[in-house]
Amino acid sequence: MSITFQTNSILTTVQDLGRNNYRKFGINPNGAMDKHAVRLINILLGNDENEAVLEMHFPAPVIKFDENAVITLGGADFGATIDDKPVENWRICFVEKGSTLKFTEKRFGARLYLSVKSGFVVEKWLESASVNLIAGIGKSLKKDDVLKFKSNSQVANHQSKIADSLLPIYSKFPTVRVVAGADFEKLNGFSEQNFLKTTFFISKDSNRMGFRLTGEPLYLSDNTELISSAVNFGTIQLLPNGQLIILMADHQTTGGYPNIANVISTDLPLLAQLNPNDKVAFHQVSIAEAERLTLQFERDLAFLKTGITFRK
Amino acid sequence: MKFTIFPLGDNALTISFGNIISPKTNDQVFQLAEFIEKNRFAGFIETVPAYSSLSIFFSIPEVRKNYQTFKTSFEFVKNFVETSLEKVSDVKPTKPRLIEIPMSFEKNVALDLEELSEHKHLSIQQVIEIFTSKTYRVFMLGFLPGFAYMGEVDKRIATPRKQTPRLKVPKGSVGIAGNQTGIYPLESPGGWNIIGKTELEMFTRNEESPTLLQPADLVKFIAA
Repeated sequence: MSITFQTNSILTTVQDLGRNNYRKFGINPNGAMDKHAVRLINILLGNDENEAVLEMHFPAPVIKFDENAVITLGGADFGATIDDKPVENWRICFVEKGSTLKFTEKRFGARLYLSVKSGFVVEKWLESASVNLIAGIGKSLKKDDVLKFKSNSQVANHQSKIADSLLPIYSKFPTVRVVAGADFEKLNGFSEQNFLKTTFFISKDSNRMGFRLTGEPLYLSDNTELISSAVNFGTIQLLPNGQLIILMADHQTTGGYPNIANVISTDLPLLAQLNPNDKVAFHQVSIAEAERLTLQFERDLAFLKTGITFRK
Repeated sequence: MKFTIFPLGDNALTISFGNIISPKTNDQVFQLAEFIEKNRFAGFIETVPAYSSLSIFFSIPEVRKNYQTFKTSFEFVKNFVETSLEKVSDVKPTKPRLIEIPMSFEKNVALDLEELSEHKHLSIQQVIEIFTSKTYRVFMLGFLPGFAYMGEVDKRIATPRKQTPRLKVPKGSVGIAGNQTGIYPLESPGGWNIIGKTELEMFTRNEESPTLLQPADLVKFIAA
C-alpha cells in the first residue's frame, strides 16, 4: 500500500507534532507548522493525534494511490481534486486504487496537510517522524518517491466532517495574540505603540525556520548585547536593523536577539498559513488569557474525539 | 543569588541569573536543571540550559489539571522553580564528564589558522599549544543540532567572528569566535574562525543522549 509522487514540488515533508526533550542538545522540535490542522484531521480519521502526515506547499505534488485509502486534507486550500473531482478539506475522503490526487490552484493559506487512515509507514528519529532538514534527517519528497501507508481499510468513522466551529479562523490579515517577552519593557514608548498598533508584512525571506517581517522599525531604550538563551516557536525577536522576525517550527533552539513577545500557542496556526505579502497585527494578552484559550481548544478537541470514538 | 523569571511564550518560562558568561553562573544553571529533571512536576516537558539562564517547557493542560490551586500554569512552574532554587544548594553537583577530541591542524582543514596566528603575532605551533593546553566547558548547545558553545578560549588567541561568514563550513570543523570555541556537527554556513577539524561524529545512536557533547561536559582537544 503506497502513494507515489508523480511530480516534484516545492517542499513536501513528513511531519508530526514534533520532537520534544532534545532542545538541550540543540535539536529543535520541528513538527508541523499548523499543529491544529494536523490534530484535527488525525482525530477525524481516528488516528493518534501525533500520527505522521504530509506537509505540502504550493505547487504541491501530484500523488497517485496504488491501493484504496481513506484520507483527510486540512490547513491550506490548494483546490484539491481526485480524478478531477473536487475534494473538500476537513472531510473524510475515500480514495479508490489507481486514483490521482492533484492540487490545482493556491486558493488560500500556505501549508496543506494530508493524513491517511492508520498513518504512513515512516522512520522515527528521537521519537518523532518529523523531518529535520538541517540535521539531514528525512528529506523533501521528490518525483518518483514512494511513501507506504499502513492500512487500505475503507471503513471510516460515522462522522465525516469537522464542524466549522472547531476550525482555526484563518485570514490573510490575522491579528495574532502575543504575551510580552523578556525584552518587551525595553521598547521605547513609540516603538511599543508601533508594535501593537501598526501592521507588519510577511517578507519573501520567510520559511519554516522563521518569518521576517517588514514594518515600522522598532527601537529599544537599552541596547545592551544579550547572551544567548532558549527561544520558542512563536518567539518574536527584534533584529539590529529594527525589523522583527517570528521564529517558526524549524527555529534554532537558542538565540541572542531581544525577545519582544511570543505568539500564543492558540494563534500559531494562523501564522503558519501566511504567505509573503500577507499582513499581521499583534494584540497583547495576559498569560491567564493565553492559557484559557489553550484549555478551551483542548476541551473542544476532547469533545470531537469523544464524538468520533462513540460512533465507531 | 539574584534572578528574574519571565514567560517564554505561554508554554515555557526562563529563569535568568543575569546577562553574564561565567563558569560559576553556568554551574548554577546546570545544578538547577539537574534538580528539576530529577524532581519533575506533572506536565514537565524539558529544560534548556544556556549560559546564564534555564528555560523550562511544560504542557499547559497537564499542569492545570494537576495543580488546580494555581491560577495559571506559569504561576505554578514559577513557584516550582523558586522552591527548587532554595533546595538546590543542598545537592552535590554531579562530576562533569571529560571528553577528549582528537583534531587535525593541517593546513587544508585549518582554514583560518594561518591568518589568526599572523594577526595575533604568534607562530602556528604557539596557537596550537595555547588552544590545546586548556580544558573547555560546554556552556550550552544551540545554533545547530549538537553544536556546543565551549569556553573560555585564552585571550592570546581569542578572535571575533569573521566579517563575512562562509557559506559552507565543513562538518567537523573546529572554530573560534570571541573567547568561545565550537565544533560544526554538520556542514553549515558559519562565521567562526576555523583552526582545525575533527573526524569524531558529533551524533551518537543513543536516544538518551543523541549528541557527543552535552551541557556541562569538559572538553580537551588533542592534536592528532
